[in-house]
Amino acid sequence: MELNTQKMEDFQGRYKYLVIFVGLAFLLIFIRLWSLQVIKGSDLRHLSENNCIRLRENPADRGMLLDRHGNILAHNRPSFEVSLVPEDLRANPGVLTEVGELLNMTRGEIEEKIKAQKRRTPFNPVKIKSDIDWNKLALLETNRVHLPGLIVDVRPRRAYDYGDLASHLIGYLGEVDENELRQSREFPYRMGAQIGKYGVEYRWENDLRGSDGGQQIEVDALGREIRPLGVVEPFPGNNLFLTIDLELQKVAEEAYQDKTGALIAMDPKTGQILAMVSKPSFKPDIFARNILPEEWKSLVENPYHPLQNKGIQGQYPPGSVFKIITAIAGLESKTITPNTPFNCAGAFSYGDRDFRCWKEGGHGSLSLHRAIVESCDIYFYQLGLKLGPDLIARYASEFGLGKVTGISLPEKPGIVPSSSWKKKRRGAPWYSGETLSFSVGQGYLTATPLQLLVLISAVANGGKILLPQVAERVEDIYKNRLTEYPPVELESVDVSEKTLQIIQGALKGAVNDPHGTGSACWLKEVKVAGKTGTAQVIAMPEDFKRGQINRIPLKFRDHAWFVAYAPFEDPKISVVVLVEHGGFGASAAAPIAKKVIEKYLNLKPSPSLKMAEKQSETDYAD
Amino acid sequence: MQIDRRLFIHFDWTLLGIILAIASIGILNLYSATAKIEMAGTPFYVKQIFWVLIGLTAMVALAFVEYRFYSDFAYLVYTIALVLLLLVLVYGIITSGAQRWVKIGPLSFQPSEFVKISFILALAKFFHRPPDREGYSLKQLPLPFLLLLLPMALILKQPDLGTAIILLLVFFSILIFVKIRWSSLLAIGLAGAAAVPLLWNFLKEYQKKRIVTFFNPDLDPLGAGYHLIQSKIAVGSGGIIGKGFMKGTQSRLGFLPEQQTDFIFSALGEEWGLIGSLLVIGLYVALILWGLRIAVQARDRFSAILAFGVVAMLFWHVFINIGMVLGMMPVVGIPLPLLSYGGSFIISTLIGVGLLLNVSMRKYLF
Repeated sequence: MELNTQKMEDFQGRYKYLVIFVGLAFLLIFIRLWSLQVIKGSDLRHLSENNCIRLRENPADRGMLLDRHGNILAHNRPSFEVSLVPEDLRANPGVLTEVGELLNMTRGEIEEKIKAQKRRTPFNPVKIKSDIDWNKLALLETNRVHLPGLIVDVRPRRAYDYGDLASHLIGYLGEVDENELRQSREFPYRMGAQIGKYGVEYRWENDLRGSDGGQQIEVDALGREIRPLGVVEPFPGNNLFLTIDLELQKVAEEAYQDKTGALIAMDPKTGQILAMVSKPSFKPDIFARNILPEEWKSLVENPYHPLQNKGIQGQYPPGSVFKIITAIAGLESKTITPNTPFNCAGAFSYGDRDFRCWKEGGHGSLSLHRAIVESCDIYFYQLGLKLGPDLIARYASEFGLGKVTGISLPEKPGIVPSSSWKKKRRGAPWYSGETLSFSVGQGYLTATPLQLLVLISAVANGGKILLPQVAERVEDIYKNRLTEYPPVELESVDVSEKTLQIIQGALKGAVNDPHGTGSACWLKEVKVAGKTGTAQVIAMPEDFKRGQINRIPLKFRDHAWFVAYAPFEDPKISVVVLVEHGGFGASAAAPIAKKVIEKYLNLKPSPSLKMAEKQSETDYAD
Repeated sequence: MQIDRRLFIHFDWTLLGIILAIASIGILNLYSATAKIEMAGTPFYVKQIFWVLIGLTAMVALAFVEYRFYSDFAYLVYTIALVLLLLVLVYGIITSGAQRWVKIGPLSFQPSEFVKISFILALAKFFHRPPDREGYSLKQLPLPFLLLLLPMALILKQPDLGTAIILLLVFFSILIFVKIRWSSLLAIGLAGAAAVPLLWNFLKEYQKKRIVTFFNPDLDPLGAGYHLIQSKIAVGSGGIIGKGFMKGTQSRLGFLPEQQTDFIFSALGEEWGLIGSLLVIGLYVALILWGLRIAVQARDRFSAILAFGVVAMLFWHVFINIGMVLGMMPVVGIPLPLLSYGGSFIISTLIGVGLLLNVSMRKYLF
């Protein structure tokens, strides 16, 4: 193709103007250069030689965490921090020794701190000691005039007044790491800034952090401040109101004593979490001042996993609590009616094995209500066999098992097995013997305490699956409500009202009837509905005698479950309690739930002596 | 392929001389500016020498290929560059929050750099058909606008405001060069003014902040405002004769962000003063004026527009970068040709110069 040479004169006509344009553009640059280098040159040289301008950060107050009644759970207190500007020390090496004496630090310790700050920009102060006491502060301040390079700042420091209360929910802060620095280009953090690492401190970081301020300061050749040049005021972060109730949380934490496990309480009509306990817990304070290596090690190596929020991350077999689901599946599929009887002779032969009921000697012939009230295993084995695993799995999923609940914290989904699940994951067909374990909540089935709480709440509120929420609202410092978290109904279970009423009645019976397994949670003033459960930790020999619990080493003992709601007629609170290695739900978990319900409903605490002294038959109930 | 002997006779030694002079100063300056930066691996200036050598090779190679060949493949090259740009968005590795790099084996490069060259090629190809007497009208321009908006949208998405601005400025420079009707230019200007609020929403928070702080540095004395002040102090403290080679303090002490890339001129101003700055600016002016001469003396429309596009690209880079370092313009990430550190940018600049050389040595042929 021949290249076009028409109208080339257009271009030549442009040449003159283009040259003039370029000339003018560079004339502008020349004028600016002249003004900077010739006219202002000596002033600017003076500024540069003394490196007179310093940047000083002024971090924002982090937003507070409050409970549903406005009690402060986390706030900031002033902390005095000592920093040195290494560049200023070169001229006055004596400062180092003197500051060291005032702070009880050796020269070597301070030098090490300075060396540790590798990626520091010049003339940026290095923090050498934080949170000094008033005496030291007074000493430093009086000597400050002849200690160039010394900076004492007051900085907000996160404070948790209730120690390890609700530590898993609250979470903790830590120094921002390289990854977080890189990812936060739009809202940059400074080096050494505190950032939420866990719990709501992490999840609501953007609301809580506020915006940092700072100052440009002109200093003299010795590094002493002459005047501020520019100031940006910090702006405090927003306050986060949690849904938990401080007093209820306290009672729940105390009820655990030194046991490990998890408790969550929720308003079954709104999904708001009223208390969230995971034991053992940790003190979020130790993260706010950089955590010591040995402290970290002891947290990580603790066999009871204090850093895990067991209520949402622990996955356990739900045990007999799951009988609720098996029963619903039976009624909804019309496999049974409330009156269909099964016989419990204390043991049930299936294949070549004997499956036992927790009650030696058996329950005799019984129908659904009594099977739930007395938690008969053999009733549910037989029902489970009639239903098959997939029908049970369908109703388990209907109530939210096997998937995350959607709470704004990192949670685990648990497992709802089915024949197709087993084929896919294990590459083996479903054996009908496994249906027996499944129908009483053992085997492959696992769930988090929170999932069981959502389940029992749905039973209590007539079938609504609610989104569990820990935050109630976000407010700025002027008390404007920025974000509110109204109740969210995720789904309504496909279960008839009649079925739910039968289950509700049976759960009430489990606590209130003469042989109910949950009688440890019985209250005089209100009717409680609940269900006990025991989660096997290891597969024990099937003919193991239940009464021998005290001979089993602790770590092999079963986990104890209890789920409940109250008052029966108009549920205001639902609770799930898990006591790890607690043995049986009836004796270990139910009394804890009782204390929490009493507290929340403002009842007079009843003496629990009667229950503790008397070894009742139901103490070993499953 | 047989290379015409006359090519050697007409080789543009002046242009090559200017380029080599700027590149050498660039390497020296980079050596001085980054001498104090502690980092693992090869020092910046060594890598820069490596990139310049690769770039010079590409430049010479491209200069000797008949430019008719570029005309034939202009749209193809443009398409490839665009696909690479898309690749960055999809597979790009994230560096400092912005996705700009494509990694092929051990090499990583910024396709947006090569988009600039291929964009100029495509426009030269389009405008090689001459307009009617009054110049091009809006009705004839949908394709060029498409050629502009596709890469611009992708580049803004990265987000790389600097390169997007360069594309826009090169585009309008070429429109004026090829003679667009004044009425059309006015219409575009009005539409552009109306679109500013729209584009504003496209910007990231930190980019908005930079522009706002340019107009009022007091708003952010800790971030962008601080850098502007430090940059001005650095240049100004050089005075007339400068502090001397390796004697700069301001730029080397880490007061400036990206001191080896976007703010490299402040190191030059500090160490070499007004005299050194004017020498380098003089070299750039010589390069640009010489390039303009090549454009208007070219034998045909395609090569004239091609040469002009390259010159426009170089001009806007130099003008905006120095203007920014001197505090005359907002801080947008636009590097200084042959002085700033950066492999892709060095190579794309030298490829552009290769095209200039190409046009220059063929003006007497055919």
